[in-house]
Amino acid sequence: MFRPSAALALSRFGLGARPGDLDALGDEPIRALLAALDGAEPASLANRLGPSDELFGQVQDDMRQRKEMRRDGADGGERQPNAQALIYRAELAARIERAMTVRTGFLERLVAFWANHFAVQASTSGAVRAMAGAFEREAIRPHVAGRFEDMLVAATRHPAMLLSLNNASSVGPDSRAGKRRSRGLNENHAREIMELHTVGVTAGYRQDDVIAFAKVLTGWTFGRDKSRPEFYGRFAFNRNAHEPGAQNVMGVAYRQAGEEQGLAVLSRLAASPATARHIAEKLVRHFVADVPPPSLVDLLARRFLQTQGDLRAVAETLVLAGLAWSEPVTKIRSPQEFLLAALRASQISVEAPFVQRALASLGQPLWDPPSPAGFKDETAVWLAPDAMTTRVEIAERIAARARVKDPREQAEAVLGDRLSRQTRQAIERAESPTQGMTLLMMSPEFQRR
Amino acid sequence: MTRADLLADARLCPSRRSFIVGAGALVAWANMPRHAFAGTVRDPRFVAIVLRGAMDGLAVVPPVGDPGYAALRGDLAVGADGRGVLPLDGTFALNDAMPRLAELYRSREMAVVHACATAYRDRSHFDGQDVLETGMAGPRAADDGWLNRVAAALPEGEKVRPAQGLAIGPTVPLILRGAAPTLTWSPPSFKPAGSDTVMRLAALYGELDPTMAKVLQEGITTDELAAGGMVAGPGNLARGFRSLAEGAGRLLSEDDGPRLAAISYDGWDTHANEGAEEGRLANLLKALDGALDGLKSSLGDAWGETVAVVMTEFGRTARANGNEGTDHGTATATFVLGGAVNGGRVVADWPGLKEADLYENRDLYPTTDMRAVLKGLLRDHLGLSDRALSTRIFPGSLAVKSMDGLVNA
Repeated sequence: MFRPSAALALSRFGLGARPGDLDALGDEPIRALLAALDGAEPASLANRLGPSDELFGQVQDDMRQRKEMRRDGADGGERQPNAQALIYRAELAARIERAMTVRTGFLERLVAFWANHFAVQASTSGAVRAMAGAFEREAIRPHVAGRFEDMLVAATRHPAMLLSLNNASSVGPDSRAGKRRSRGLNENHAREIMELHTVGVTAGYRQDDVIAFAKVLTGWTFGRDKSRPEFYGRFAFNRNAHEPGAQNVMGVAYRQAGEEQGLAVLSRLAASPATARHIAEKLVRHFVADVPPPSLVDLLARRFLQTQGDLRAVAETLVLAGLAWSEPVTKIRSPQEFLLAALRASQISVEAPFVQRALASLGQPLWDPPSPAGFKDETAVWLAPDAMTTRVEIAERIAARARVKDPREQAEAVLGDRLSRQTRQAIERAESPTQGMTLLMMSPEFQRR
Repeated sequence: MTRADLLADARLCPSRRSFIVGAGALVAWANMPRHAFAGTVRDPRFVAIVLRGAMDGLAVVPPVGDPGYAALRGDLAVGADGRGVLPLDGTFALNDAMPRLAELYRSREMAVVHACATAYRDRSHFDGQDVLETGMAGPRAADDGWLNRVAAALPEGEKVRPAQGLAIGPTVPLILRGAAPTLTWSPPSFKPAGSDTVMRLAALYGELDPTMAKVLQEGITTDELAAGGMVAGPGNLARGFRSLAEGAGRLLSEDDGPRLAAISYDGWDTHANEGAEEGRLANLLKALDGALDGLKSSLGDAWGETVAVVMTEFGRTARANGNEGTDHGTATATFVLGGAVNGGRVVADWPGLKEADLYENRDLYPTTDMRAVLKGLLRDHLGLSDRALSTRIFPGSLAVKSMDGLVNA
């Protein structure tokens, strides 16, 4: 078996080393990465944060109260953070806490990868912001070491996604609701499932396929009527809005009735070789290199197909592949990876608002990418001049709170065999421990993975 | 060590040489304008503004005089009853969320090109933006952006401050990516880092990582250039839009600042509750109107030598969808503005909005190639040759004739 150093393993596939981690992992870092795949534990997060239907209800109640207060002439609590802001902050705080305590962070990296693959945009609306974390807990996290199709279905049915990509309000033109009212079809979600979530834009589907699939998905919505608690804030299939009849999507006729029709399309898309390749390429680009080595992509795509989209098998294949380690270290840590690695290296606890502001100023606010395609994975996107000086500023703030006595020891403990002579020397010559810690976190060895 | 010592130290270090050379190379083209137009007083500026998500041209510049418009759009038609719009000519009007842009139209400093589209004919945002920004005939055909190639194609000039194409925003957009160096800037919410630490990092990067060295140096330069009077505005859409444009304008107005810039604004993908008269799109348009006003005022006298183009990856469906929004379409409106623009008109080979006139029975039919507009602007404003434009900047566009007369002679 290929034996990478613990320092490389924790930076390429994990969240970076805490002091002590490199010694603890020793020369078996791949084993530790594989062990992380057992640690999804969605339940422990959910116990604290509540399911999405509850969070949805909180936002609706909060909005109603504010409206009533405004109507009564009181200031509508404008100066108090609203429900979605508080929920979002609590979700972020829980992620920071988890990132500080996990051993390698491989699983958290996979969760972040998949949550970005199935991107919801928190700024779409208050309800999406409130449910973005729940979306990750409910639709993504349970499946990162499970089946792709299960994740696809869970993500597609989730209220946060249905809102973010507008399917919640899409109505079949010939459905009962469509004939009665002026509302109609919305193509957005169907298009993005094909283009972004499954087969990819080069798979050869056409506008007709998008429309047919959008019709298939009509009726996939969630309850917004409080008087029907069984659906309130939860996925519901609304037969009245569903376009009746068979639909032809990418050369296959789907004659199923109701929700089954959508599940059948999703199942076929999930099993497509184009999907396997799309996912394999994205995984390699994210973890290994901007220009993915074709043989590694082939290996993962084959594994994906052989195992019917078993994501644990795919993740295992990735970290066990020699090519995943022999590629030179050229990728830069994304803002999220950088911040979490910096917090792990310096062992300070910070409040969620600090992290929230820092991520926004670095261009990667959590669960809020600029488009449904998610944040880009290429180094060139993050290696931007303005972002670099902002990183320095943030590193200085973290370093100022770290109270490290000897940044030289810290550098050895965090970067291990990746620490260069030049960086060690720069840290030795630093005018203060704070400056030394800043140099450590801004060193090329720390920034690149 | 003092900052000056550290800088000197960094310069003396042999492995820093590549960094200095890199900086030298970008000085060369950044000063082109004065050199290329030697003997004249011209010093042209060019700004590309990308609206991501597909702006609905039919709601922003509604063809109120086309009888097909109200019929197709139904409740979503803007200005069909004469309200909510500012008239431009007999056929077209401007959404009244943009009064200052209308003012520029009246003073002949703004022109609209309508029924305009890139070479891309499918409906993926990401491929559409790829074509818009790479300037290629199809998606994923190049890794660099056309504005970067413009920078590289400009002739060399005299030495002044290292100024470069400027991407405004925390990441480098595709339109500016490529061989010519770029710098990016956004209104700081975190203050610039302590300079001693930054200088130490510059020296360390110089030894270990030339790419990071270059990027950091550019970041420092931009912070210095853009400082002064910046108000960091959190949240607020209009303030955010405006402060980006003002930052760009201030940098471009400097005697020795950059001459090319790109700004991008997100949020135009209005699938549901579009709100062209009141709501989401109207708010975006108000913010854009303020941003363009901010660009003009921060440019000061340089406005007279500026051409800015406001463009989006494609338009939206001619009919409303089922959610009082519109889905991905084809042709849309493009704005050209600046003191150097020959404006006060809507340029359109108008295809009409009868059912039979639509592209694939759903979208405004594209009759003007966006590349014709851009080629005309770049030729007449920056002095690029038709040949360079057809081969290097927009490869494979020989058949697309540069549009004449958009820039004042």
